Parts: sequence; structure tokens; C-alpha cells
Amino acid sequence: MVTLSMEIQLLFAGMLFLIGLVGFLVRRNVIYMLLSIEIMLNSAGLAFVIAGSHWMQTDGQVMFIFILTVSAAEVSVGLSLILQMYHHFRTLDANALKKLHDKK
Amino acid sequence: MNTIFILAASVALISSLMSITNRNAIHALLYLILSLLSISIIFYISGAPFIAALEVIVYAGAIMVLFIFVVMILNIGLEEEIENKWLKPRMWVLPVILASALLAILVYAMRELHSADTVAGIITPKQVGVSLFTTYLIAVEIAAVLLMAGIIGAYHLGKQKKKVIHRFLVKQSANEKTGSN
Repeated sequence: MVTLSMEIQLLFAGMLFLIGLVGFLVRRNVIYMLLSIEIMLNSAGLAFVIAGSHWMQTDGQVMFIFILTVSAAEVSVGLSLILQMYHHFRTLDANALKKLHDKK
Repeated sequence: MNTIFILAASVALISSLMSITNRNAIHALLYLILSLLSISIIFYISGAPFIAALEVIVYAGAIMVLFIFVVMILNIGLEEEIENKWLKPRMWVLPVILASALLAILVYAMRELHSADTVAGIITPKQVGVSLFTTYLIAVEIAAVLLMAGIIGAYHLGKQKKKVIHRFLVKQSANEKTGSN
């Protein structure tokens, strides 16, 4: 039995978070932005679970369940906002929402 | 165990990358489901079977279905897609490779691994549940309030808004309607 080193696992969680962050910053389609937020939340939960299993504590898994709750609520509200946005503006481009932009 | 981890981690990384770079929303969501399944394998081999099951059921099962429904309702995606294009090898080779890597992990784990071979310690669902309902009881209640707020918010925002008319005009138009009837 070979135990996995925690550093590699945390590195993996960090890379996953980075992918989500890059996706959030690069894509302008709101569905992809929400999807990238999901990747980021998931990798944060992964880091919690890895740390919890490293020290044999349940707290990491409990925290993952809370992250799951937050992401479920966030997705449901975010998707209904996306539906509203599509009904109002007929687009999913985040750059189209410029009503608050200061025109000079 | 290290091989399984590296295989699952690379599947997760590649499919996450594909999901944020894909132009087609449905394909991106399917890649993300693949990524979630491989992350669930990583949860499993790091001694968290309960979380692995939750990842599959809640993330890949419920949240992604929500996403897919919204994408289908909005009917987005590239119009020029034809089935012929989907049947080209470059469309399905990468997903097949990634999914068969997951299948290989599953077959290997079922044939070769025994419960003693898993990592140092397994945190059982019972321990998690006890911790949830003793130490973190207040947080569970707050999470319930959060879910309630999520439901109400999604219902309120998802409603099709009627045209905004002033209350006075609404009353007037209602009177006219009853008068005409």
C-alpha cells in the first residue's frame, strides 16, 4: 500500500482551481462562467477533503457538504438569472450587460 | 494507488480544460461530468467514499442536469452542427479515451483492489453524520436556510415577468375588463 503524498493531491486541486479561474476570466458566455465557478468550488472542496483525510478528521468532508449546498443554491439562482438575462437581452454575452457602464 | 491517482487526475484536468475551451455548451457540460466522475474517483481513493457518492449523485446527477436543462431551454449551440460532423473521429476520440481511462480504473479497482488496499484510513459516512449533527448542527441549520433562500430566489427570478404597469392602470384596466364583460 502506497500512500499518496498530500502535496501532489493539493497541487492537483490547485491546478483544477486555476483551470476554473482561467475559464472564468477568459470566457464571456455566462453559462461557461457559471461552469468555471463550479470547477473552482469543486476544487476547493477537493482540497478540504484531501486535508481532512490527511489528518483523519471528518471536518473536511463536512465542509465539502456545505460547499455542495452553497454550489447547489448558487447554481439554481444563477441559472434562473441566466434565463432572465436571455429573456431581456437575447444574448448570453456578459459584455452585453453594460447599462451601468459610464459612457463618456 | 499512485497510478490510479495520476490517471484520474489527468483525466480530470484534461476534461476540465476541454470543458472551458469547448464552443458547444452541451459538449462542455458532458466534459465537465467526466471531470466530476474522475474527481469522485480521487475522493474514493483518498478515503472518502461518502463524498465520492455525493459527488456523483449531487454534482454529476443534479447540478449538471440543471445546467443541461437550461442550455436546452435556451437552445444555444452552433447552428451549423450536423450529425455528420459529430461522427468524425476527431469529435469522439478524446472523450472515448478519457472515458475508457475511467473504465480501466474501475475494472482494475474491482479486480485487484481490496478494501485493505485503500489509503491509510477511511472516514465512514457514520463518522461524518455524527460530526454533522453534533459539532456542526448550527451550520446544518444555516445550510437549510440557505437552500430555502435558493429555492425562493430561483422561483422568484425564474418567473416570467409580466409587463410593468402602474397599480392605478392595473386597477383601471381590470375595471374596463369587468365592465366589458
